[in-house]
Order: sequence, then C-alpha cells, then structure tokens
Amino acid sequence: MKKTSGAGERLINGIVKENPTFVLMLGMCPTLAVTTSAMNGFGMGATTLVVLALSNLIISLMRNIIPNKVRIPAFIVIIASFVTIVQLLLEAYLPSLNDALGVYIPLIVVNCIILGRAESYAYSNPAIPSLFDGIGMGLGFTIALTCIGAVRELLGTGEIFGARIMPQAYTPIGIFVLAPGAFFVLAMLCALQNFVKLRGAKAGKDTSRIGSGCSEDCMNCGEKGCGRRKFYDDSDDLIVEDLSAKEGK
Amino acid sequence: MESVKELLVILIGSSLVSNVVLSQFLGLCPFLGVSKKTNTAAGMGCAVIFVITLASAVAGLMYRFILQPLHIEYLQTICFILVIAALVQFVEMFLRKAMPALYEALGVYLPLITTNCAVLGVALTNVQKEYGILAGIVNGFATAVGFTIAIVILAGLREKMEHNDIPESFRGMPAVLLTAGLMAIAFCGFSGLL
Repeated sequence: MKKTSGAGERLINGIVKENPTFVLMLGMCPTLAVTTSAMNGFGMGATTLVVLALSNLIISLMRNIIPNKVRIPAFIVIIASFVTIVQLLLEAYLPSLNDALGVYIPLIVVNCIILGRAESYAYSNPAIPSLFDGIGMGLGFTIALTCIGAVRELLGTGEIFGARIMPQAYTPIGIFVLAPGAFFVLAMLCALQNFVKLRGAKAGKDTSRIGSGCSEDCMNCGEKGCGRRKFYDDSDDLIVEDLSAKEGK
Repeated sequence: MESVKELLVILIGSSLVSNVVLSQFLGLCPFLGVSKKTNTAAGMGCAVIFVITLASAVAGLMYRFILQPLHIEYLQTICFILVIAALVQFVEMFLRKAMPALYEALGVYLPLITTNCAVLGVALTNVQKEYGILAGIVNGFATAVGFTIAIVILAGLREKMEHNDIPESFRGMPAVLLTAGLMAIAFCGFSGLL
C-alpha cells in the first residue's frame, strides 16, 4: 500500500476502487437484510458511515497505545461504543428509521467492513487519512446499499424513495422486497462481478482486488477472513489448514 | 415463568418460520463459506448450536442480574459482544484441555463463530422481545437448529450441483446465492405455520 495518501485519494478509493460492496463484497449481512427500500438502505449506509469514520479516527489516534496482542478486543470496544452512541441518537431523533432497521443497528458492531478497515488501514496509518478512509468506505457502502435498495424497491413495489416510477399497469414482483429477492439481487451482482473479472483477466488486467473480501473472498469470510480472527492472539494456529484438510476428507 | 406452549411456539418460530439465515440474513458468512461438504456443514451446525445456546444463557443471565439492577441496559451491545467473544475463546481452551474428543470434532469451527453476527443477534433479539432467561435459551437453541437445517440442506444441494454445467459468470457464488434464494422461497411456506 502507498505510504502517503491525500484525503481525496482515500475518498475515491473507498467509493470506486475498493467499494466495500461492489468490489470487495464485504458486510453482506446488512446488505441483504436492510435493502428492502432505498430509504432503509440509505439510512443503514449513513449510520455505518458515521461509525466507520469515527472508529477509524479514534483507532488511528490510539494506534501507538493499543498493544498488538489485544488489538481486536480494543477495536471491538471502540466500535461498540460508537454503535451505542449512534443507536441512542437514532432512538431519540429518528425513531422511525430505528424501528425499520431494528436489530441491525447494534449488529453494525460485527460488520466486517469496520473491523477490516480498523485492522488493515487505521491501525497502521495517521489520523487524518484514516478518517477520510472511513468516510470514503462509508460513502461507498451508502451508495451501494441505496442502489441495491432502489432496485429491490422498484421491482418489488414500482416505487423509488416512495415515489411512483413504474406505470400503473406494472404489477409489482412482491418477492423482491421479501427475503428471497435479496438473494437473487446479490446473485446477479456477484455474476456481474464475475463477468467483469473474467473479461478483465482475458484482457490481461490485474483483477486480483475484485472480490478480495476480508482477506481473499468474503463469501469464504468464515474460513479465512474476519471469522478466523482470534479474540486474543496467543498463538497462530493453522486453523485454515485444518479446515481445508477436513473439507478434503 | 413461561408455559410449555409458549416455549414450543418460540422453538418452531425461530427454527423454521423466521429462519436465522434465510429470512433474517444473520450468519451468512459461515452459511456460504462452510457449506461445500455435508460433513463439515453438519460439524459447523453442531458448533453453532453449542455456542449460541451457551451464549444466550450467559447473555441472558448477565442482562438480568448485572445490567438491569444497575440500570445500564444501554451498554448491552458492548457487554454482549465482549462476553460472547471471550466465551468462545474460553470454551475452545476448556474443550482442548478437558474433552479432547469433542474438541477434535468441533474445535476447528469455534474460532469461526467468534464474530458471527448470529450469536450477537440472538442475544439482542432476546432482550428486544423481552424473553425470560429460559425462553431466551430456547430461542437461542431453536435459532441455531434453524441455522443447522439450512446449512446442511445447502451443502447437500451444493454437492449435487458440483458437476453441473453452469454459465461461466454464474459459477461459484452466484449459483450458491440463487440456490439460497430458492430455499428462502421454500421456507416462506412455513410462514402460515404459527
């Protein structure tokens, strides 16, 4: 990774080059769960943006104080504090959004984008770039969630942000605002990403970053990425090897 | 104290009607990541049942006897995530020392569950729905059973699909997600059950 990075470069990086949803495929649980409408997607994205930017800033400021061995619990406490603050603010000022997002607000704590950025960027970079990295990633996430939400809302109800778009004759495909629709939309997105990746590979471009997820492939996050991370790093057991050996059996 | 009937309703509701993966989208990472083989999927399912049941008991006790008397319910998110993460690590260490056979079977999967959103999700849902401790444990167990059912079915389907001729762009994850979507439609059928 480049050593010096301007604020603008970090923003563009988060929105386009390393867009957490469209390029890296991170944070799939909230992406699927709350994008039933464009408004919900936007609300979730904005909430995540605030938490991500603030936790990146604080983690970066404290990076010299936090011992390496207990960094994960320290990150989790910082992130959880900001999530709690944001949740209380939402309850007070935007109760309708809070009700719509429900349990997914406190679950921002375990969103792998936030822990991932803390680990891969904020813990090893100065405060200002980290803040903008958080804002950029948050904006990328917000844009992605709003787009997915808009597509699902358009197909499922014929509206976007509650405004009628489709002609009256259009029969809404109700399944798209229900759970199965989320899987179908994400499957299409994944297929599109594969398509771009394959075409890029044929043209000889570097596509290694696409779909690289927490570490390799976020869909295999449980095997290699955030799920593998131990709460307290006392040893570096070769868990991944164990698991792949088991899979091979 | 909850009646048996209420507990039964929670049991069926959380495992089938509002399935944790297919309708609430919690625990998607292991659901998609560890579902290549039925054996590993079943192992993962057992580990999840074990951890979620234990975690909902511990979180429920903590909420009832520490957070509520002190009126610091707003700290639930921080407390739950720390307790759950520490609990999983502790269980792993305990199993390794005390029950090597069980560790052999489940140990590999335990670290994968530490930051799984399903575990925290269940603890928070228990508080939100104001379940008592026993009802919370039943809800945790039922949720985890629902997860196991879903992941084993998906693994079975993936084993069958392995040699199918799928368009190049749809190979891998897109095909799995479409399968999960079809399973979600099937699970919608349970919604009239309660």
